[in-house]
Amino acid sequence: MTALSVAPGSTVIKPLKHRSVMPGFGLSLGFTIFYLSLIVLIPLAGVFLKTADLGWQGIWNVVTSPRVDAALRLSFGAAAIAATLNAIFGLLIAWVFVRYDFFGKKLLDATIDLPFALPTAVAGIALTALYSGNGWVGQYLEPLGIKVAFTPLGVVVAMTFIGLPFVVRTVQPVLEEAEKELEEAAASLGATRWQTVTRVILPAILPALMTGYALSFARAVGEYGSVIFIAGNLPMKSEIAPLLIIIKLEEFDYAGATAVAATMLVISFVMLLIINLLQAWSRTRSGAKK
Amino acid sequence: MSTPMTTLDHTLQDPPKLPFEPLIQKNAVITEARWVRVTLTTLALLFLLGFLLLPLISVFVEAFRNGVGAYFDAIREEDALAAIKLTMTVSLIAVPLNVVFGVVAAWAITKHSFRFKQLLTTLIDLPFSVSPVVSGLIYVLIFGAQGWAGPWLSEHNFKVLFAVPGIVLATVFVTFPFVARELIPLMQAQGTDDEQAALSLGANGWQVFWRVTIPNIRWGLLYGVLLCNARAMGEFGAVSVVSGHIRGLTNTMPLHVEILYNEYNFSAAFAVASLLALLALLTLGLKSLLEWRHGEELAATRKH
Repeated sequence: MTALSVAPGSTVIKPLKHRSVMPGFGLSLGFTIFYLSLIVLIPLAGVFLKTADLGWQGIWNVVTSPRVDAALRLSFGAAAIAATLNAIFGLLIAWVFVRYDFFGKKLLDATIDLPFALPTAVAGIALTALYSGNGWVGQYLEPLGIKVAFTPLGVVVAMTFIGLPFVVRTVQPVLEEAEKELEEAAASLGATRWQTVTRVILPAILPALMTGYALSFARAVGEYGSVIFIAGNLPMKSEIAPLLIIIKLEEFDYAGATAVAATMLVISFVMLLIINLLQAWSRTRSGAKK
Repeated sequence: MSTPMTTLDHTLQDPPKLPFEPLIQKNAVITEARWVRVTLTTLALLFLLGFLLLPLISVFVEAFRNGVGAYFDAIREEDALAAIKLTMTVSLIAVPLNVVFGVVAAWAITKHSFRFKQLLTTLIDLPFSVSPVVSGLIYVLIFGAQGWAGPWLSEHNFKVLFAVPGIVLATVFVTFPFVARELIPLMQAQGTDDEQAALSLGANGWQVFWRVTIPNIRWGLLYGVLLCNARAMGEFGAVSVVSGHIRGLTNTMPLHVEILYNEYNFSAAFAVASLLALLALLTLGLKSLLEWRHGEELAATRKH
């Protein structure tokens, strides 16, 4: 940022761009906005235009119809549970990888990103094979009366799988940069280790943890590929909202599909806003300059 | 009481041998008791193994369940080969498009200062927060038979939906932010000093870009390409909406996996899936290699 020395109190209209010697501003910004509009902004705006055809009453009727209502509830409910599980285990994993040393740490650290790299359809069929009645994990859970595959529980499992790296990768860098001196100060002032962890370390990484939670939640709500195989897709029971969009499209109910999509879009935009605010908070908390 | 205090233990006053031993092991007040450390580590590793690695292992076990012969038959089958070819074609178009966009957008955002910069950065990230299914749907609304451009397209006998252009568009959408969001923080941190030096020595804009900026960001660019490619080849939801699932024609590898799976042809489904899993492993391997070797030349913030 160029520092402009301005007398306090005087109002200056900010120019769109500061003068700079760097070339290519018009070309690069023009191309960026053109391509962004063409691929992302105009198509997305189309969803809202199409939904507007329905009118408020029409949208309300679609969203509150029992099947859509159940699907939205499942998508958001399961995503909330999965994000909570991820916050707990993601924090644990980030903690262990930052603070402790053990054999194979570097290699195992790389595998945390597996859910990012593994195509969702592959994750979906693999999880289904593991958790179905005769699968490696399912065969031990079934006698206990726990059915995972083809139930809402399966939806939670798939969403937890794909969301884990979001929490770990957001918390890890903040935990690495946390100042050890603060912990030493707390200890020297007589705090027990538990007090230091809960009152000194946790508050410092809370914004990052919440960002990770929000990212993992947002991803889980929209997730399709890894969920549909394990969910069983029973209407009203284990049918997620994205699948319902596809079913409505296949029935040529474009308006209905778009109404569900618009509802999900609005909610994910709100999530995006929250994530941005959390990240800004996180930056001020950790005292970073940018 | 005349004995001098000769038995004083001096080891406590020895300075810690810093370069060789991590301070945290020495400094008992800022770590936990051993049993706590062991329990937490075990829990974390069990969760990683059981939840992340077990599914990966099961892909390969299921793929070879009916023997090596059946595995290679499934991969060499005509529709599978067509799916592999289509997936590569789509990624070969989509990834370069987003590389060009990513570099140009990062140049505009990091090398210049202008208003609404933060808004633009947020908008570039937008596709990440859109459900893959909705990403496909938006193109159905435009190019579908009932869509805005649909009638005109069918009049001119040009197919976008249920054909390769639609699949490419959906893939470009879902992989849109990958390169840009890797480059923006990296180029932000690098600043414009190198470029200004080159300019003052008489280089023109293109020379600065190709000889100064590109060499500075090459590893970050490669990193972005890797992630972008992995997602482009593995995308399922968005592509599923626009492809029409025509075997041998508009079936990408992930879609082929789904078809085989729904036909209860499990070992063939897992065989094709194992190729995608290998791609994921390769991506992770190269990504880690980049992080270990060129960590400083990548974006400082490792967020996805």
